Amino acid sequence: MELSGGQIIVESLKSEGVEFVFGYPGGSVLHIYDALSQQDDVKHVLVRHEQGATHAADGYARCTGKPGVVLVTSGPGATNAVTGIATAYTDSIPMVVLTGQVPLKFVGSDAFQECDSVGITRPIVKHNLMVKRVEDLGAALKKAFHIATTGRPGPVVVDIPKNITDPSIKVAFDYPTSVDIRSYRPAIKGHSGQIRKAAELLLAAKRPILYVGGGVVQGNASEELRALAARLGMPVTCTLMGLGAYPGKGEHSIGMLGMHGTYEANMAMHEADVILSAGARFDDRVTGELDKFAPYAKIAHIDVDPSSISKTVKADIPIVGQMQPVLEEMLRILDEIGHKAPDTEQLKPWWEQVARWQALDCLSYTVKDKILPQQVIETLYKVTNGDAIITSDVGQHQMFAAQYYQFNRPRQWLNSGGLGTMGFGLPAAIGAQLAFPDSQVACVTGEASIMMCIQELSTALQYKTPVKVINLNNRYMGMVRQWQEMFYDKRYSMSYVEALPDLVTMAESFGHIGIRVTKPEDLEAAMQKAFVEHKDRLVFMDIEIDQEVNVYPMIANGKGHHEMLLSPKQAEATNAEPRDLA
Amino acid sequence: MRHIISVLVENEFGALSRIAGLFSARGYNIESLNVAPTQDDSMSRMTIVTSGTDDVIEQITKQLNKLIDVIKLTDLTESAHIEREMMLIKVAATGAERRDEVKRLVDIFRGKVMDVTDSAFTIEVTGAASKLDAFSATLGEEGVIEVVRSGPLGIGRGDKALQL
Repeated sequence: MELSGGQIIVESLKSEGVEFVFGYPGGSVLHIYDALSQQDDVKHVLVRHEQGATHAADGYARCTGKPGVVLVTSGPGATNAVTGIATAYTDSIPMVVLTGQVPLKFVGSDAFQECDSVGITRPIVKHNLMVKRVEDLGAALKKAFHIATTGRPGPVVVDIPKNITDPSIKVAFDYPTSVDIRSYRPAIKGHSGQIRKAAELLLAAKRPILYVGGGVVQGNASEELRALAARLGMPVTCTLMGLGAYPGKGEHSIGMLGMHGTYEANMAMHEADVILSAGARFDDRVTGELDKFAPYAKIAHIDVDPSSISKTVKADIPIVGQMQPVLEEMLRILDEIGHKAPDTEQLKPWWEQVARWQALDCLSYTVKDKILPQQVIETLYKVTNGDAIITSDVGQHQMFAAQYYQFNRPRQWLNSGGLGTMGFGLPAAIGAQLAFPDSQVACVTGEASIMMCIQELSTALQYKTPVKVINLNNRYMGMVRQWQEMFYDKRYSMSYVEALPDLVTMAESFGHIGIRVTKPEDLEAAMQKAFVEHKDRLVFMDIEIDQEVNVYPMIANGKGHHEMLLSPKQAEATNAEPRDLA
Repeated sequence: MRHIISVLVENEFGALSRIAGLFSARGYNIESLNVAPTQDDSMSRMTIVTSGTDDVIEQITKQLNKLIDVIKLTDLTESAHIEREMMLIKVAATGAERRDEVKRLVDIFRGKVMDVTDSAFTIEVTGAASKLDAFSATLGEEGVIEVVRSGPLGIGRGDKALQL
């Protein structure tokens, strides 16, 4: 088969089973757009800004597990995509980004819309390359999909000079069926001896905990993790990225850990004698002050990326491998040992201690005459039966969503955990809604974050994605304000958003439905209306919330897990002094 | 501690900047780096001299291995190895006494005089980095006009090799 470069790209995407390409046309990619227009298998989603394309592809990838695909033009098309590429990279999301480039003979000449896309994206991709011969295009794309989706997933940028896609140049094409890269052989199975050591350590533990990260979600190992938790009967805590890998309302769940984790999860991490980390990377937002982190614990760490192990916290038992086979092997070893059910007797004192921490009810709050953000998330949970796909932006609303929406399954919670990208939520929700047209998809956001990618409301209309935007409007950049209140003596420098638009009429002007809610008693009915009556429409719920609510618990900079700040209500009820366990 | 890391990389566009970029992005020390093709022209070999605690060196090797273009690497300092660096040094030398002294030093350090004028010598010296340091120190700061050093190259002793 003789094909042009543009046709090769389209055929390659088809061979990879790509449903959607998120993109924006421009000079360098016109040949590719022309080839796309002559077929129906790969659908193109036209965004309003390239950042939106990357976040939408990212949202699609996070909720399906399939790679997100992006197509942008050279120069500003590529630079606009950078934030979204970095977002995907930090959270290990599989993505293939095709960037147009000026014709090869102009590369390096400061041509119109030229930039060094490979150079600019180098530190924020798993891999990138420029295609220099049309004959190499198919193999380059195969390699890109392979690298993006295997090992620790991540974005791959393929830079394609315009002459490569020239429709007048046709070459023989067969999409490669396999790829073998001698310098890239990611680990699959973990070392069985190490897995056995970890299992034995866990069985001997008096105060064990399972610390579950996004690697369990990305590694499609939630089922195995649940089986392991049931078998061992130990407390399970999930990171922000791991939420849903173990159900929030699961028998052994003690909630999220870290900076805004639950009292019980952080105290249990602090006092644990054995920690099994599954696909988590001991991020600073999880560990707090490293010198104070888990002082009594031996640590077993499973990760597909060896560089994540012992990076910040030394692992006693490192296990490098894909999550699913490693956890399967651990279950097999437990079978072999004859450990069929939790040793409830051995773990009883530990669970009793956990129950004392849980009794503090660290997420409880006092209802007021104004709407509280916690209430909004709880109402959202109720109205959607806890079953919606939730995306978020970044800030207080993100933490409230993480704390109060009890995620039941992996790939239900999509947020920019690592890079912390404001503007992620709306385009990600559009990507998720396209992947699951019959599911409820809500974007929990704030009035500051939503403005960062607000233009994608227009995309949502074009593709009829009935996302529900849950805007927690407190007229502040809430998290910035919280830090300024706590650490800058309430000098609210630039965190109050003046001159906000009327978000309801704004949504209407984009062709959507806007609903404003100001009273707690109206909240549930309004949300019902949005999700039921306007099921098939995008509804922008602008919810006026109490302006100065803080996210608690909180581990401030330099503090350990046992040194949380609690809400004024709980601070009185507790004695957070660490016990001597050594 | 000082480490010499030898890296086999795909002989591809951008491999060098990927590695240099990794060191700057993650704040690792880089004392020297050199790169040239190997007997297999699809691969290049880099020799990187760096320093750091054991934890940092472990991260450096893991992060390098993570790069798709990196085929294989070894930390030469972990076992017996040979280290060689070349220096070209231009020294002012006027007056019979000084010229004789420089020539004697060249002999002692088993260097070679590569170029002579009536006011200067250009000398080639090869050896471990410490030997080159000693040579230039012996010549004295005043006489040295120009110094070019290749950065160390390294290879393991014995019949084991860094290869595919």
